[in-house]
Amino acid sequence: MTFINQLANPTRFMALSGSLLPWIAGLSGILFIVGFYGAFFSAPADYQQGETIRIMYIHVPAAWLAMFFYSLMTASAIGALVWRHPLAEVAQKAAAPIGAAFALICLLTGALWGRPMWGTYWVWDARLTSMLVLLLIYLAIMALWRTIDEPTQAGRAVSILTLVGFVNIPIIKFSVDWWNTLHQPASVFRMDGPTIHPSMLWPLLVCAVAFSLFAVALHLVAMRTEIMRRRIRTLTILAADRAEQQPNGGSLIARGPAE
Amino acid sequence: MSAFLALVKRDLALALRIGGGASFALVFFLMIVTLTPFAIGPDLNLLARIAPAILWIGAVLATLIGLDRLFQADAEDGTLDLIKASALPLEAVVLAKCLAHWLTTGLPLALAAPLFGLLLAMEPAGMAAASASLLVGTPALTFIGAVGAALTAGIRRGGVLIAIMALPLMIPVLIFGVAACNAAVGGTIAFATPFAILCALTLIFAVVGVIGAAAGLRQSD
Repeated sequence: MTFINQLANPTRFMALSGSLLPWIAGLSGILFIVGFYGAFFSAPADYQQGETIRIMYIHVPAAWLAMFFYSLMTASAIGALVWRHPLAEVAQKAAAPIGAAFALICLLTGALWGRPMWGTYWVWDARLTSMLVLLLIYLAIMALWRTIDEPTQAGRAVSILTLVGFVNIPIIKFSVDWWNTLHQPASVFRMDGPTIHPSMLWPLLVCAVAFSLFAVALHLVAMRTEIMRRRIRTLTILAADRAEQQPNGGSLIARGPAE
Repeated sequence: MSAFLALVKRDLALALRIGGGASFALVFFLMIVTLTPFAIGPDLNLLARIAPAILWIGAVLATLIGLDRLFQADAEDGTLDLIKASALPLEAVVLAKCLAHWLTTGLPLALAAPLFGLLLAMEPAGMAAASASLLVGTPALTFIGAVGAALTAGIRRGGVLIAIMALPLMIPVLIFGVAACNAAVGGTIAFATPFAILCALTLIFAVVGVIGAAAGLRQSD
């Protein structure tokens, strides 16, 4: 907890994340090379699904990360509401578009895989539908972030929406599963086979770690950008205040050559 | 308790007298029921089959009416600050306002459902099921919407935002509401199964929605 408290200082966070970022990104890049080599060259094609099985090495990590980033947002929302950590708010805001992007990647790769396998880009399968609803919730959270100007107020409003969404996700998952079994008896091929051969498992795990590190790197960059954006906002407000107090100049905003 | 009832009474009076909020939801519901046959054709067999879906979609959309003003109107004229300063817990305030909203939207929809079911060639059993499922299911819609309404109380043009935030969370209610209607007119499952889950959803959202909306109102100051 003390470590997290120390990290919660934005200045310290900027210093630490700045020095860690190249390492995380570099490691992610190396693992991507290894994982994609395994996925596209070393791993065998599936006896049933053929070469399309290789989509799995992107699809599955994206699905994991889409769910992971919602959990991250929930943890940050609790941090923002209970301890009022500014950094928790920043983490929450930075996580939403990344999570949404991974949900979208998961849906798109799933559609590309579904076309040759199921003969259609989209079926109302329980898993696909749940992921679509997760994407919708991500989009709603991003919409709320954009609507409220004041960052702290937006942070608290979004935290509440995130937590209400988090309580709802198991309910939605249960409902969609129930709805799906009612309408559509298990007719589609499912990915959750009992075993996966080691020659396919290791590239999948390496890809998952590579994608996770990539996502962490993206998240750190997004957080750093958000912190800087807030600093600029504060500086602008201070400058505007100062300019108001002394009407003849004092503005931080450079005067253009036209004046 | 008297403050709670006074708040319900005030909101009901406002809904009934100003702008006709209560009748709008019902007219909107009728519009959706009328538009659907134009879109899919006047085939009565098909209409009867999808009637529960039409009624429930109509109910979900009609619930959104009035939600954007649920807290916003009070926030704008300062009433909300006075209510917050009163001894009544904010959760009870939210519950009172939700109750008034439901009495003017959800309840009329549930009562009108059999009549609109006639237009869609529903069987009597289906009509009764639609009415019953709307009666127990629409409060959940109001409670979910209240969270969105509370979060956007201070924002102009929050209406579309409420729809975007609330509709994904309304999916479970929609699923079990339609399932209960379908189960009543045949099918493999008993009516009681989805109906009981629908009741459970309403109870869950009565807690989650009220606490969430109260927290949403608190954060705005």
